[in-house]
Amino acid sequence: MPMPMIETRADRMLLNFGPHHPSMHGVLRLLVTLDGENIVDCEPVIGYLHRGMEKIAENRTVVQYLPYVSRWDYGAGMFNEAITVNAVEKLAGVSVPKRASYLRVILLELTRITNHLLWFGPFLADLGAQTPFLYAMREREWILDLFEAVTGMRLINNNYFRVGGVAVDLPYGWTEKCLDFCEYFLPKVDEYERLVTNNPIFRKRLEGVGVISKQDAINWGLSGPMLRGAGVNWDLRKVDHYECYDDFDWEVAVFPEGDCLARYRVRMKEMRESCKIVQQAVQSLPGGPFENLEAKRMMEGPKSEWNKGDYQFISKKPSANFKIPKGEAYVRVESAKGELGIYIVGDDNVCPWRWKIRPPGFVNLQVLPQLIRGMKVADMIAILGSIDIIMGEVDR
Amino acid sequence: MINTGIDLQLGFETALQNLGLGAGTAHALWMPLPMLLLILAATLGVMVMTWLERKISAAAQQRIGPNMAGPQGVLIPIADGLKLLTKEDVLPILADPILFTLGPVLVFLPVFLCYLVVPFGQNLLISNIAIGVFFLIATSSVQPIGLLMAGYGSNNKYSLLGGLRAAAQSISYELPLALSVLAVVLMSNGLDTVGIVEQQSSLGILSWNVWRQPLGFVIFLISALAETERIPFDLPEAEEELVAGYQTEYSGMKFALFYLGSYANLLLASLIAAVLYLGGWSFVVPVEVIADALGLALDNPFLQIGAAALGIVMTMVKAFIFVFLAILVRWTLPRVRIDQLLDLGWKFLLPISFVNLLLTAGLKLAFPAFFGG
Repeated sequence: MPMPMIETRADRMLLNFGPHHPSMHGVLRLLVTLDGENIVDCEPVIGYLHRGMEKIAENRTVVQYLPYVSRWDYGAGMFNEAITVNAVEKLAGVSVPKRASYLRVILLELTRITNHLLWFGPFLADLGAQTPFLYAMREREWILDLFEAVTGMRLINNNYFRVGGVAVDLPYGWTEKCLDFCEYFLPKVDEYERLVTNNPIFRKRLEGVGVISKQDAINWGLSGPMLRGAGVNWDLRKVDHYECYDDFDWEVAVFPEGDCLARYRVRMKEMRESCKIVQQAVQSLPGGPFENLEAKRMMEGPKSEWNKGDYQFISKKPSANFKIPKGEAYVRVESAKGELGIYIVGDDNVCPWRWKIRPPGFVNLQVLPQLIRGMKVADMIAILGSIDIIMGEVDR
Repeated sequence: MINTGIDLQLGFETALQNLGLGAGTAHALWMPLPMLLLILAATLGVMVMTWLERKISAAAQQRIGPNMAGPQGVLIPIADGLKLLTKEDVLPILADPILFTLGPVLVFLPVFLCYLVVPFGQNLLISNIAIGVFFLIATSSVQPIGLLMAGYGSNNKYSLLGGLRAAAQSISYELPLALSVLAVVLMSNGLDTVGIVEQQSSLGILSWNVWRQPLGFVIFLISALAETERIPFDLPEAEEELVAGYQTEYSGMKFALFYLGSYANLLLASLIAAVLYLGGWSFVVPVEVIADALGLALDNPFLQIGAAALGIVMTMVKAFIFVFLAILVRWTLPRVRIDQLLDLGWKFLLPISFVNLLLTAGLKLAFPAFFGG
């Protein structure tokens, strides 16, 4: 990477934030030119967490690659698994049984809540309030326990999604626990709002800070809460109608101000809406198989290929050497941070020929220098926090 | 007014003189005792406060806090102290050794000097100088110079920014602080801390300055919070922005001086708030009334010892109310931005404190009986 060219004057200070700085959210590095407390210019330097995720995908089968993917955005691991299987499903034309789709939605929305909680705590800590972090962790713990019960893992490496369905069905009693959680969680969001939202210091720190216009947000390719916080009603769950989101009654969180407070509000509302989706999905969870081959066997009856000797006594999970057909596709989901996309090129091989990841954090981060120019150092931390980046997915 | 006739100095010196020592020698032998007591008491106060900080923050955050080191974790401050004592004292190669070493000392020393004039009773203070309040304000304003030295001497950009912030913040809040104190001084017709307390103790809780100076009280609290550099005004050491501000390069005992200084400063501010606004050592009911009710003479030695003990306890209780408040605020509020901080100081608190001062002066002229004419 070429050294950033920054205009300097004798009375300006070039300050290096990161990669080891308490509020750089991992290993982001910002080269900031300061004029006193004012930011003249900023140059983000990324790549400290680059692990070659795209290249690794090119010599792994989907089943082999799935445990890796939750390391992209390790704050919300299951979205990565969802997009990984969705990409292959789209290219191979694999359909997903209704129950599996519901299970996916439940876990994805719970993941969205954990992501927003993991954003909420550190964001407030960035502003100097340490206590909400502990409150957020308290609720997150419950979700991680729910994850552990279903997938065996808590934060990442859940390895739960499969091409054509999910790995296992819910354990006994999980739905009740999940509903208990939703009932417990909604008042807790009110508690956060009481503690934080109308706090005058908090409002003064965020209102009118890091404003991005509707047009700018679209031009920069922003997505997720960054885009909806700028007043653009764009949520892929509504736009693409993927999985079974249309079955539920929920609203897209949109706030028009475009400042840090609007982004905060979007995420707070999304937590409530996600909780509503989880409640509805759990309450109307359909029966049946959670896996596509099993569904085929039941649909086709006793004569089905999937009921014959070869498959009779083994699991109907997709085979480890599932071939990705020739062709290319761009698949996207609304992850907690925005549009998470995969551009996949298949070559009739078990491994994809090309696996391009479009991480929302990477695209959203680009706008940072423009937002913080002319602001104060403290604003920089607030704006960076409001973007909600995870360096794992920015650097891949 | 009750004269709690306990004069330890006089007693000690007469006892020594009776043993055949000269008056000068007796005085010289007496002098280190209160100093030692002061340093020990302030350090102990700091230890209690660090423990409280951990426990109260833990309670606010639904944690348990330290609970292994001693009962309820009370030994944690000692462990802290030992850790800091045995830690390597790092002097960065590019730092200015003189400024780097002098900085923490200049931050630490004024705070302890200020304890000289904090009264815990009629005669229970180190030195009752006639310009006590002036001494407090003057001495505590040396501190920002130390912070600036530490920030500049560290040769670290974060430290430099932190030091500059500290200087700007201290200067901005020194003025409203001094003006709100001035209003109290105006009412008590004197600058000595003992006089300020005595002027508030005639009617017990009703005569405390907080009722006559509500505006000044609030200004004082906000400014004191800013002077002690605690959230929401902890910009000089804002961890998320400047790593640790002027403390970034410090370790070991030099860091411990900052640490001690900041907590001692908070305790000092709380004690001064108690003295200036909550009647210092006076109980909610005047001690004379209690003595009358019990049928005890005012020069009864047990009453005097009891009154002195009550005075110390009352001062500490009042001070720790503010400490508790400051800790609770620290773990509740976010941090303000530098321009908002300066706006609050210059555009809001300063005019308001001027208004408060003028109002006090006017009321003093109009109602001399109530406002210390």
